[in-house]
Amino acid sequence: MKFTLQTSTDQPYEAYAYTGGKAFDATKPTLVFIHGVLNDHSVWILQSRYLAHHGFNVLAVDLPGHCRSGGDAPSTVEEASQFIQDLLDAAGIEKAALVGHSWGSLIALETAARLKDRITHLALVGTAFPMKVSPALIDASLNAPMKALHMVNVFSRSTLAAPPSALGPGTWVYGASMALGRRVLASNTSVNVFHRGFVACDSYANGLAAMDAVTCPILFLLGATDQMTTPKAAKPLIEQAKAGGKTYSVVNVPMGHHQMSESPEETLQALTAFLGMTV
Amino acid sequence: MPGYTDPSFDTLALHAGAAPDPTTGARAVPIHLTTSFVFESSDHAAALFNLERAGHVYSRISNPTNAVLEQRVAALEGGIGAISTASGQAALHLTIATLMGAGSHIVASTALYGGSHNLLHYTLSRFGIETTFVKPDDIDGWRAAVRPNTKLFFGETVGNPGLDVLDIPTISAIAHDAGVPLLVDSTLTSPYLIKPFELGADLVYHSATKFLSGHGTVIGGIVVDGGSFDWEKSGKFPELTQHYEGFHNMVFSEESTIGAFLLRARREGLRDFGACLSPHSAWLILQGIETLPLRMERHMANTEKVVQFLASHPMVSRVGHPLIESHPSHALAEKLLRFGARGAGSVFSFDLKGSRAQGVAFIEALKLFSHLANVGDCRSLVIHPASTTHFRMSDEALAGAGIGPGTIRLSIGLEDPADLIDDLKRALKAAEKAGDAATRQAPQA
Repeated sequence: MKFTLQTSTDQPYEAYAYTGGKAFDATKPTLVFIHGVLNDHSVWILQSRYLAHHGFNVLAVDLPGHCRSGGDAPSTVEEASQFIQDLLDAAGIEKAALVGHSWGSLIALETAARLKDRITHLALVGTAFPMKVSPALIDASLNAPMKALHMVNVFSRSTLAAPPSALGPGTWVYGASMALGRRVLASNTSVNVFHRGFVACDSYANGLAAMDAVTCPILFLLGATDQMTTPKAAKPLIEQAKAGGKTYSVVNVPMGHHQMSESPEETLQALTAFLGMTV
Repeated sequence: MPGYTDPSFDTLALHAGAAPDPTTGARAVPIHLTTSFVFESSDHAAALFNLERAGHVYSRISNPTNAVLEQRVAALEGGIGAISTASGQAALHLTIATLMGAGSHIVASTALYGGSHNLLHYTLSRFGIETTFVKPDDIDGWRAAVRPNTKLFFGETVGNPGLDVLDIPTISAIAHDAGVPLLVDSTLTSPYLIKPFELGADLVYHSATKFLSGHGTVIGGIVVDGGSFDWEKSGKFPELTQHYEGFHNMVFSEESTIGAFLLRARREGLRDFGACLSPHSAWLILQGIETLPLRMERHMANTEKVVQFLASHPMVSRVGHPLIESHPSHALAEKLLRFGARGAGSVFSFDLKGSRAQGVAFIEALKLFSHLANVGDCRSLVIHPASTTHFRMSDEALAGAGIGPGTIRLSIGLEDPADLIDDLKRALKAAEKAGDAATRQAPQA
């Protein structure tokens, strides 16, 4: 469904969020799914659809300037966080759990830090801080985006034999991720959302301070063979959570950076356990 | 497979979609001959039916062995996923039935397999779907054939049996301007010889009976989605972009930005029409794919030698392979196919000089070439299209497909090419003798 968002600086725009095949219902506990660079809501289809049919009010967003959402594509994690806040306000949602993947995990972290008690759970999937992107990849995302897309998907892949995934059995996850990247890139003809997203990841500096400000339980859901955001790269955030006395858990899924599509069942189980459910 | 790896075609042909069985350690792909799969719980069952969780329910819809085949072919084609079907014709029908209903229109190449032509021209018209046929090289004709209700462009990578190479970049651009996808039958080329998605096609299907399985043992088909076509932007496919009451009121394009076609084709088409592939057949096709690169290399090498032999034989008036520079698709083959004109496949036709009776004598004299209705076998095959595979077509339609009354179609196999040429020599001699005998028996003027 679409929400009209008012901003202080720009014209109102419509933001899209997938509701998991169920009608939007703000009386239920709300779960917001936030995708990563050059992705959209559809990377969460299995997990978001399941949770929407198991008691949650799901909003799997397309970030502004991505696919079905209007508005200007965020240039920073902070701008993207403001979008999540604006969305919750526009939807009349008082409290929500946040689930973010990759860049989306930083957006979720920053939002949880800003909104404090409005956020009930924070799930960081394939996260890292700092989330540095190599200069070569940033450059390629701008000047040779198809080459960069190929690099990203090779790095993200951990198996040639994924289990049944988002499109059902017979899904070739690598090809699906390549195609989605091409589609998302083409969805915005005025801004290279690939490059802008990578720069936003690379330049985000508030991760540790944000972790200090988080008040809710935190899940670190990591891919054991993730080469984009390695488990090692998540350690600074985990250590910060530990040092700050946060309630947190770490789950390592034996997959790469395509956790939701290459390991959909394990990802779902980790999320439901974190949310206090059993699958 | 962690690491900075980007497996090549040959590696994907062996490994894509398959890993050692986690339960038994079996290295080869197991054949899952089971109709159904046990649910873990009632909630698991409901979640599988509602596409909240991915898995297998019933083998008409999906099966683990078939899923390996589907992933593998999707990987080789560069697609997002695939659906295996009972035959190539089932794949074509599934694709069309997923995208349109009565009142729709298709623009198709004239150079099609006879069964495909029959489906479009006769059978689908009975269900309210009309087709306009256009010569594959008639670019203006493709553009002019578009109607407001056109839903699909369709052609073969290389037409059967004239080997007219489809100008996929140009035809797909016209299709996309019209807001419709281009479906390509890549049976004769296999993913080894051409990558239609890289050239602009949106959907690709194969009769897996042919080169993919490669041994003449199994009937099967598969359709692959490249994930490139934007169904919502087109606005012509409510089947994919609006609520479907037949499946949880789902909007397939909302569920998957790139995979709406596959979602609906599996959840409606396989479920309702039921043209699924047997897991045993899927396994046989997988066995074939494992050696596809090796076989295609040999197919090409043998074909090149046979084409050269036939082109220089006095009993042959025409060899219809793009290897011949005068072939109308020679230049396009050089441009679009992975190995140039050499890679235009091993199924081609030639015209015998002489009468229909001499053609019969030729076919009946062959010993290594088997006279039957198939192509893409490891064994060499021969047939007379006008009286068999294309017999329902009118003379005009035959001409449009590049087939004459004396056209002979060969499918070059993997035998020693010297033996194949010996066999052809003997048969050509027999045809020549049949002509001499006919001349002697003719009434004197």
